[in-house]
Amino acid sequence: MSALPAALPVASRPGFFRRRQRSYRLLTLPALLVVAAVIVFPWLFTMYMSAFDWKIGSVAHFVGLGNYTGLVTNQRFLEAIAHTFYFTALAVVFPLLLGTLAALIFHRNFRGRGVLRAIFTMPMMATPVAVALVWTMMFHPQQGVLNYLLSLVGLPPSLWVYSPTLVIPSLVLVEIWHWTPLVMLIVLGGLAALPTEPYESARLDGATEWQLFRHITLPLIAPFIVVAAVIRTIDAVKAFDTIYVISQGGPGTASETINLYLYLQAFAFYNVGNASAVVVVFFGIILALALLLLHVRQRTKWAA
Amino acid sequence: MSDHTKHPDHPDALRRRLLLSGAGAATLGALGTVGLRDALAQGAFDWKRFKGEKIEILLVKSPRGDLLTKYHKEFEDLTGIEVGSEMIPEQQQRQKAVIEFNSGNPSFDVIALSYHVQKRQFAKNNWLTDVRPYLNDKSMTAPDLDFADFAKGGLQYAVEADGRVMSLPLNLDPWVVYYNKELFAAKNVAYPKTFAEMIDAAGKLNDPGKGVAGFVGRGLKNANVPVWTSFVLGNGGGFIDAKGKLMTDAPEAIEAARMYQTLMAKYGPQGVAGFNWNESQSLFLQGKAAMWLDGIGFAQPLEDPSKSRVVGKVGYGVMPAGPKAQVSALFADGEGIVSTSKKKGPAWYYLQWASNKANQTRMLQAAAGAPVRNSAYAAAQQSSDFKAPKEWVECMLKSAAIAQPGLPIIAPVTEFRDVFGIALTNMINGADPAGELRKATAEFQPVLDKSEKA
Repeated sequence: MSALPAALPVASRPGFFRRRQRSYRLLTLPALLVVAAVIVFPWLFTMYMSAFDWKIGSVAHFVGLGNYTGLVTNQRFLEAIAHTFYFTALAVVFPLLLGTLAALIFHRNFRGRGVLRAIFTMPMMATPVAVALVWTMMFHPQQGVLNYLLSLVGLPPSLWVYSPTLVIPSLVLVEIWHWTPLVMLIVLGGLAALPTEPYESARLDGATEWQLFRHITLPLIAPFIVVAAVIRTIDAVKAFDTIYVISQGGPGTASETINLYLYLQAFAFYNVGNASAVVVVFFGIILALALLLLHVRQRTKWAA
Repeated sequence: MSDHTKHPDHPDALRRRLLLSGAGAATLGALGTVGLRDALAQGAFDWKRFKGEKIEILLVKSPRGDLLTKYHKEFEDLTGIEVGSEMIPEQQQRQKAVIEFNSGNPSFDVIALSYHVQKRQFAKNNWLTDVRPYLNDKSMTAPDLDFADFAKGGLQYAVEADGRVMSLPLNLDPWVVYYNKELFAAKNVAYPKTFAEMIDAAGKLNDPGKGVAGFVGRGLKNANVPVWTSFVLGNGGGFIDAKGKLMTDAPEAIEAARMYQTLMAKYGPQGVAGFNWNESQSLFLQGKAAMWLDGIGFAQPLEDPSKSRVVGKVGYGVMPAGPKAQVSALFADGEGIVSTSKKKGPAWYYLQWASNKANQTRMLQAAAGAPVRNSAYAAAQQSSDFKAPKEWVECMLKSAAIAQPGLPIIAPVTEFRDVFGIALTNMINGADPAGELRKATAEFQPVLDKSEKA
């Protein structure tokens, strides 16, 4: 295709330009079809199903917003929302703190840094279900290694995931182990992009390490921390494998998050009408959280 | 085992009789040997009747599924019917079944089902075929099928309330009490014969200082319901009355829940609220539990020296008697013919073969499960490489004789296990049994009503 001479304004060659635009549009068609089939259609069908009271194997009854009003008064669903927020808050804050700390450490030069960094990144590469199965064995009250370690330092054995109050913190422990490396990598990337001049001039002015961190490093890596926060939040809200494999939402419903509840409704009870309504509400929650975080990200952007 | 050639319905004897009563000796004489066979197919059972046909089987991934698949070639040689089979893990197989049946055109002709989960769902939607016409048709049923050989508990599951036989049972899983003989002997406690003795024994044998629990059972929601229903049945209670109302908040059920709470919270190990069968089994294998209530099908690793610290010390106890009855909670699997299948004849032949005495004996010998045929136990014991202890076989036979379904036969059984399972787990953590059961009953009744109406 001949390149248009830069001097010529595009508008003075209408016919040729329109032909080019049409062929561009045609090229996007396959991708659009895939997106429509795989994303748009299922989404629309889910919203359609949420207006029905439909159990697979029975006839569907139209109930309009009945499923949604039912959810508002559904004690188990409301508790699931609370568990989700509790789990997400812990599973985002701790990896952010520990990941940033790890990034700061790995940013400095020391012997064996490369090897240690590689080892530190390994948890991230393990498959979630395998991770969950191994941690289940470690959590075993009588035969698990964690209680053994506690006994070595003289602490009494803990119930870990078998206690209704400790189950969510224990599950968060698994998430921290699994995803801190991701945060570390993102923040480390940010640290590597930092200019060195501000540090030199600040040191000349007699700033302490803490002041350097608080006033130079932190504001400059804030956008990266927020990016990591967005990714972690969206993943933590949707967390399924870890919770399902280790505790199945138990003991009782102590660790049942919205995603677990949704899975039970849709694939164990075949209650797809109600489950679809849960999906729509869940999507709304994730969307709200993501928008909130993106707004925060806007405020931490480096001034141009 | 019966000898084929001595059976009165042997083809030759029948052929002679029909020739004499005659439908035209000339016509018959004109037909060749093969033609003779075809014309008389109405009267004689022939394994090769559907030769050349092809059927699809949907199995569950399990030692029993593995065993059947291993011997499919034997069936193909016997009947000339080609077998295509698929083995899928349990949860996915159930989901696949629901989706394909709902589409109206399932891709399989025979399906393996778990009665305690799928029986009502399949019956309500008429997804399986009533095999009574085949059972009553001598030309379609092998002479040595021996329907009476199926254990009573298995038939309770295979036969509907109105008499329809929707499947053939394959294996049973009655619940029994595994007990550690060494721990019992050390404290001079006898194996309990009643519920009261059981609680008493658990109390005496519970030794947290040494890390020994008097009792271990499932505490994980959904999985734990059969532990409670075992006690409900012994108290003479039931699940649903004749009018469709739940009986799960009746005094028998509440008493059973109190027993569950006592055994699990007071005499159970730390963390039992999250135990499924494998955590319970693992604790028992280590010799850290005096009693373990669960299905008899989990026995195999207990006698395996590479896995178990209690080899030779395991007692297989029949479920103790409750105040009103001695009942062993029963779960079972079977195989049925899809109602929309166009190959019902060949599928019926497969069903007969899969549940025949040879395959049932193989199941026991391979320790793949507990067969539903009573004759399999005697037959397997005669084999030299039979590994299960005599006590296990006795326990199995005694339990099968007093077995009753351990879960209500309803469509939303998973939801039942979930709702009541949560209540039971909460009880382990101190909640009041009566309050929890009432709450769960109120929550589940509308679900049950809706499921029976739709």
